[in-house]
Amino acid sequence: MTVNNEIKKSFLASVWFMFLTFPIMVIKVNTVSNTVEWRWMNMVGVGVGAFFLSMLWRYLLVKKEMGGKKEKTDKPGLVQRVLGERKFAVPALVVLGIFTLVFPHLFSMYQTNIMISALIYVMLGLGLNIVVGLAGLLDLGYVAFFAVGAYSYALLNLHYGLTFWIALPLGGLLAGCFGLILGYPVLRLRGDYLAIVTLGFGEIIRLVLENWNEFSYGPSGIANIPKPPLFGLDLSLNQKTIYLFYILVALVIFTIFVINRLQDSRIGRAWIALKDDEIACQAMGIDKAKTKLRAFALGATWAGMGGVIFAAKTTFINPASFTIWESVIILCTVVLGGMGSIVGVISGALLLILLPEYLRDFGEFRMITFGTVLVLMMVFRPGGIVENVRKTYTFKR
Amino acid sequence: MLKLRNVQSYYGNIQALKDISLDVREGEIITLIGANGAGKSTTLMTLCGVVPARQGQVIFEGQDITAMAPEKIVALGISQVPEGRRIFPYLTVTENLDMGTFLRKDPKGIKQDMDHIFELFPILAERRNQPGGTLSGGEQQMLAISRALMSKPKLLLLDEPSLGLAPIIIARIFDIIKRINKESNTTILLVEQNANLALKVADRGYVMETGSITMTDTGQNLLANEDVKKAYLGI
Repeated sequence: MTVNNEIKKSFLASVWFMFLTFPIMVIKVNTVSNTVEWRWMNMVGVGVGAFFLSMLWRYLLVKKEMGGKKEKTDKPGLVQRVLGERKFAVPALVVLGIFTLVFPHLFSMYQTNIMISALIYVMLGLGLNIVVGLAGLLDLGYVAFFAVGAYSYALLNLHYGLTFWIALPLGGLLAGCFGLILGYPVLRLRGDYLAIVTLGFGEIIRLVLENWNEFSYGPSGIANIPKPPLFGLDLSLNQKTIYLFYILVALVIFTIFVINRLQDSRIGRAWIALKDDEIACQAMGIDKAKTKLRAFALGATWAGMGGVIFAAKTTFINPASFTIWESVIILCTVVLGGMGSIVGVISGALLLILLPEYLRDFGEFRMITFGTVLVLMMVFRPGGIVENVRKTYTFKR
Repeated sequence: MLKLRNVQSYYGNIQALKDISLDVREGEIITLIGANGAGKSTTLMTLCGVVPARQGQVIFEGQDITAMAPEKIVALGISQVPEGRRIFPYLTVTENLDMGTFLRKDPKGIKQDMDHIFELFPILAERRNQPGGTLSGGEQQMLAISRALMSKPKLLLLDEPSLGLAPIIIARIFDIIKRINKESNTTILLVEQNANLALKVADRGYVMETGSITMTDTGQNLLANEDVKKAYLGI
């Protein structure tokens, strides 16, 4: 009965696909001889293909539901268990640490550069994770803070000759202030409305940077931003890149440390509670406004620092690097990786940034593959790659 | 302890409370009964500062709290069990209780109170590591009350604790309410639809109708009152 039903639905889907693709797959106008070619074989191909893909899709969905019923346990997934086990976690961390240390020496400059971009996104993802994953505030204009960080380093260096190490905290601080500025008016909004306002904010920052020529040099951007100096040593380009890589690794570790501590702190708990239920939070005496503002400001701070590093890495910035697309990618890393989970966000960022790079061989199918991966992930693993599992302590009497 | 003087509250430009005045004395159980939409919950929201009063005064222990922010009011010792329980579904039972102590800074006292709660509600002790959302309705109500108690309130506001619960669970919840009132001398303001039960435990009651208070008396007298009987007790 149900199988018949599934076959019927798949059949309808294949008919629909044949209809949809009819104009492009079947009709071909030959403009030289002014004739129309009818490629009926293509239609058959689309029909059969759509039918089988649809069947596969339905089969997987059913299997997923059945599987969910069978193993409905409170046990966390495999990855979380492995991570929780000291026996595995410590050696894994050591191997990972050694790998990271030798990475720039083992692989080419190209690989190191890709890895630097990926690590910047790890930082951004972890920062946005505070806002979206912990506090549950959907922020679609996160890239604005990234831009603030990048431009503050570029401009401060251009006008006042500030070095990287001064600009790094300063960029973070400035972005944090912008976070407060954005946060204040949107305190009363949630969900969709908040997303739209933040989206607008992100565009405003980009448009200002693009059009205020005297301030930001407009679309032509700012060039010759120095890479971070090392005790005044004269480094080659290669060495500078490697140095930047190590700085970034250190910063990512620092970020992980801070976020980990934050998660377990009073304020982290308040964020998670605020995500669950605002009214109950008020009844508990949590200052809603302050808690939300802290999330915005802290998230923005990390974006700002990421921006400073980005400017130092590319040595040239212009508004084209800070489009809405970047915000979407960062949000994707958080959602795909697993909201609220540090390991998840890191793996999400690495996957989302590295995958398109290595898929360059696929040429124009790159973005389609990317999109398909996203869709499949969200259907079959809605919790993300590494789902966030809240810490539990067993009670022993 | 708590005084409302001619309080008027609005949602937008719809008036929800028309000239509400009520008194709560220390150690009492006061109940506020009335039909749906009478303004019972709004009264609670107003004295918590969530829906600030446009006119009139709310005075708690001699201090005017009319225009105070909700979190400041909680800090003064007024704790609310919101309607529909509103526990945090993804936090465990222990974490839910911890949220109740958000404004407290005495780890020892918190530990003691937590033990006391687990003594009061043994079922919560059993479920302490379970996410709040997986508890049954009655357990969630117990958790919501416990969470409010964790902030050591002087005045506990309960908004419809009997909502959606089986009669036997309701009876247990009301027993606990009485116990809390007696043992720790916590003043209780109880908003209820279940007028019969509420009036039985209450020292005094207020009857609300379309935004105003129409009657006030001791719980016993209200139970015996013909109008109340007809309107709310279905006798």
